[in-house]
Amino acid sequence: MIDVTKIRQDFPILNREVNGKPLVYLDNAATSQTPQQVIDVIVDYYQNYNANIHRGVHALSQEATDKYEVARQKIQEHFNAKNSYEIIFTSGTTHSINIVANGFTTLLEKGDEILVSAMEHHSNIVPWQMLAEKTGAVLKVIPMNLEGELKIDVYEELLSDRTKLVFCNHISNALGTINPIEQIIDKAHEAGAAVLIDGAQAAPHVKADMQKLDVDFYTASAHKMCGPTGVGMLFGKEEWLNKLPPYQGGGEMIAEVTFEKTTYADLPHKFEAGTPNICGGIAFGAALDYMNGIGFDAIAEYEHQLLEYATQELLKIEGLKIYGTAKNKTSVISFNIEGLHPYDIGSILDKLGIAVRTGHHCAQPIMDFYKIPGTVRASFSFYNTMSEVDDLVAAVVRAKGMLE
Amino acid sequence: MQIKEIQEEIVDEFSMFDDWMQRYEYMIDLGKSLPLINDTYKTEDNIIKGCQSKVWVHAELEEDKLVFTADSDAIITKGIIAILIRAFSNQKPQDIIDADTDFIDEIGLKEHLSPTRANGLVSMIKQLKLYAVAYQTQLN
Repeated sequence: MIDVTKIRQDFPILNREVNGKPLVYLDNAATSQTPQQVIDVIVDYYQNYNANIHRGVHALSQEATDKYEVARQKIQEHFNAKNSYEIIFTSGTTHSINIVANGFTTLLEKGDEILVSAMEHHSNIVPWQMLAEKTGAVLKVIPMNLEGELKIDVYEELLSDRTKLVFCNHISNALGTINPIEQIIDKAHEAGAAVLIDGAQAAPHVKADMQKLDVDFYTASAHKMCGPTGVGMLFGKEEWLNKLPPYQGGGEMIAEVTFEKTTYADLPHKFEAGTPNICGGIAFGAALDYMNGIGFDAIAEYEHQLLEYATQELLKIEGLKIYGTAKNKTSVISFNIEGLHPYDIGSILDKLGIAVRTGHHCAQPIMDFYKIPGTVRASFSFYNTMSEVDDLVAAVVRAKGMLE
Repeated sequence: MQIKEIQEEIVDEFSMFDDWMQRYEYMIDLGKSLPLINDTYKTEDNIIKGCQSKVWVHAELEEDKLVFTADSDAIITKGIIAILIRAFSNQKPQDIIDADTDFIDEIGLKEHLSPTRANGLVSMIKQLKLYAVAYQTQLN
């Protein structure tokens, strides 16, 4: 069981005030807060061993290289990838998806089909649309029901020998739905298609096992899991990563360069052109250590309690409707109050020190599906408390009173 | 009344409020009392699109003065555009072009000023001024 009082002491930002009120931070699906343990690693890097990696012969460079590669191994262990070179450091999930989408331009032909789920955010839609435009492949959508669950029977019907690639998020950022990715992956493989799972929203809540899932590509962003912004990872099966061409040309990704021809470095460096976010990568490793120290089972259990309590309390408010009521969901509550605009509610909540997200959450097709301009989204992390849920509910009631 | 005078009047009104709560309540009231834009003008051309809420602004020249009407799907945004319309509507296009907007700083709505918020005050002011420039060109 989580000792939330103790955990909160690790997060200095949670002590600050916003608009004269104690901060209640409920925008964790956008970015999570960073514990002191991770901040210390970032400071230590710049204070003690800031250097470029992989090429330097001097001590600092060696030290930075070692720590960066240790971080890669930590990520490998955490996600249970077979090899550490199957973990590519990226700037985040969007970058990870673009590497794969770009790589498939050489692997797709006109008339090939790629399937996307109806509950994706823009980062897992637009790169594939660009890919479809470039290759003549056809993008098809796996629909969802009103509860915000994918229609798996329709998905199975959509799969055919023309399907080359399926992409879907593990957990929806706007609805909180946990998708049945095991099933999605298995069915895709039966049809001979590769699968990319966007794990950006899942990685902070559940530990995904790459080998058990047998997934072809999986992505995560450090900043949603107690790490810094600007760093993330792409997991790719070795055979796939070897098939894909490099995304960017430049230093680090080469084996040999002449003006006639360049040969590429082996994995993972083939996809890591230029100087990476070294400090970020190392801190990503530290963030995983921190979260694993608490334990993902304990995190999931506690966050589920927060979700249940917040759902129950929010639904007591007249006219409040929750979007995304999947049976299997994570600690994200997207809601609206009848007749009120999410922006108005969010603006007043901000004045009361409560940070929520409002708008379309970069997932406009979902909002179009429900015919709404957006929602208010409260997303909880393991450092949130039941009394913060009460603060949220009281603030929503107050906002409602002001706006009606 | 000249733009400057109206702006001073608005600043005076807002200075009566001690806290954000009263200020917001006032803005919500202003939003509710904003004369609505004719639905036929709620077109894509008239929209100031943002991530958060939509704002429609329509401008019409009546004699030598520019009259603005507006609407928004969010009430606080509607309150903000109502304040701007009060300051800039029924004025000569050249006066609108020349007017400064310092009064916004003084009424404590700074959080709505961020230039990256497409539906924020900055884009709304820009839009009103663009209309003024367009009509001024016509007048010339």
